[in-house]
Amino acid sequence: MLKLVSAIISRDLRLAMRRRADIVSALFFFIIVVSLFPLGVGPEPELLRKLAPGVLWVAALLATMLSLPRLFADDHRDGTLEQLALAPQPLGLIVLGKVLAHWLVSGLPLALLTPVLGLQFDLSTDALWVLTCSLLIGTPALSAIGAIGAALTLGVRGGGVLLSLLVLPLYIPVLVFGAGAVDATVTGLGAQAHLSLLGALTLAGVFFAPWPTAAALRIALE
Amino acid sequence: MYWNSFSEFLAMGTHGIYVWGSVGVMALLMVLEPVLLVRGQKSLVARLKRQFRAEKTERSTQSQR
Amino acid sequence: MDKRLINWFRFASPQAFYPLAGRMIPWFWALSAVFGIAGLYVGFLVAPTDAQQGEGYRIIFLHVPASWMSMFIYLVMAFWAGLGLAFNFRLSGMMATALAPTGALFAFLSLWTGALWGKPMWGTWWVWDARLTSELILLFLYVGFIALQSAIDDPRRADKAGAILALVGVVNIPIIYFSVKWWNTLHQGSSVSLTKSPSMAMTMLIGMLLCALACWMYAIAVALMRVRTIMLERERHTEWVREELGAKAKEQ
Repeated sequence: MLKLVSAIISRDLRLAMRRRADIVSALFFFIIVVSLFPLGVGPEPELLRKLAPGVLWVAALLATMLSLPRLFADDHRDGTLEQLALAPQPLGLIVLGKVLAHWLVSGLPLALLTPVLGLQFDLSTDALWVLTCSLLIGTPALSAIGAIGAALTLGVRGGGVLLSLLVLPLYIPVLVFGAGAVDATVTGLGAQAHLSLLGALTLAGVFFAPWPTAAALRIALE
Repeated sequence: MYWNSFSEFLAMGTHGIYVWGSVGVMALLMVLEPVLLVRGQKSLVARLKRQFRAEKTERSTQSQR
Repeated sequence: MDKRLINWFRFASPQAFYPLAGRMIPWFWALSAVFGIAGLYVGFLVAPTDAQQGEGYRIIFLHVPASWMSMFIYLVMAFWAGLGLAFNFRLSGMMATALAPTGALFAFLSLWTGALWGKPMWGTWWVWDARLTSELILLFLYVGFIALQSAIDDPRRADKAGAILALVGVVNIPIIYFSVKWWNTLHQGSSVSLTKSPSMAMTMLIGMLLCALACWMYAIAVALMRVRTIMLERERHTEWVREELGAKAKEQ
């Protein structure tokens, strides 16, 4: 089982490495969106510190949206997906592998960039640390939940926009707990509760979301 | 009956705009939806009938040949 | 027992359901009108004024039923969708599709009446209260469902994809509600607290229930009307649609 998942992950990573430009452009989208906010609301450090967690998290959600449509589309186009669906291994596990690979190339880089971007918002070291942790913990849930939307909109016209429409409302809990963790540290409540809930969301997402995703893929392949 | 006069009823204390704004929009939409549905159903039925008639005449002209 | 089961399943086919729905619609309209008039009579003419909120509270007779319906219709929609996914009934997918716009309408009305209620009561059109925010998200979920279904041309795939989305939404709604509530308690401004007035007079309750029943009947009637249109559209290549429309033409 683990072998299957890791094989899928390494395959998807190899494919992603061939198209590095896509990863880099999503990252730059994230950086640009985050950098636009101070230009929009003004440079007061007080205000920026307050806005930072929300801005970074919303930008992360949007950056994830950019890479989601391609999660299954390439495999669908060249027929690989059909082969995978016919394979004796459960499709849910294959989806899990693809979700984890997607996180490695989209969510993880976002989280690693966060400390640098947080500096633009004058965040304290504590807050910066918690924000990075929250993104590390929370972004796998984004990939997992997003996979459902990507499977549902596979091959549908206007798929990209539709995908955001379907998936963004489902991201709200992740956003609330992720950005809330930083607020909680700043106000002195401690981020533990938020981070544990975020972890619970991620675990639940990663374990349960592949199954509806697999069902949606089968429907799309019919 | 709770109200003394019709104008008092319309004024709703000082909240007339809000109360009648809600009532109005709700009534409007709840009338509009079925009206649109009836129109949609009628046009669909008409379209299908036309289509069926066209198919029938097509078939009969073909059989005449 | 067996016979009854068969009878029940007979109406699960569009062919049998179409005329049945046609016969039921006027009854639901009549019931809706009766309940609606009674509810509005009690709510707007009989019920006394609220000590704290004045006359503006009468919006409650519209707002609460609309909110109830918006939530309940989503559950019913997900139920039909799940049934369709599990047993492949043609009818259930159509029912889910037919319910979605009405649910979205009620979600919108709930927000609209809520805003008009909020302005005189709390001095603002909108507060980021947990309930209001959840209602807004519910509207988003409806919009997503409708958008997904209308983007897929093949009705069978649209039904199934919509069903998965509706079920995922149902699982998510409690999580979303909980997270929004958590978020709200953390960010609660000092000005507004939305706890209901402690006691509700009996007449108010009756008025509200009557209005809710009226909305129920309305929703059923409208959903049946819409499902009939969907049936004709989707099954236009079948014999029974031909007969149904042909027979009607003779009558006229």
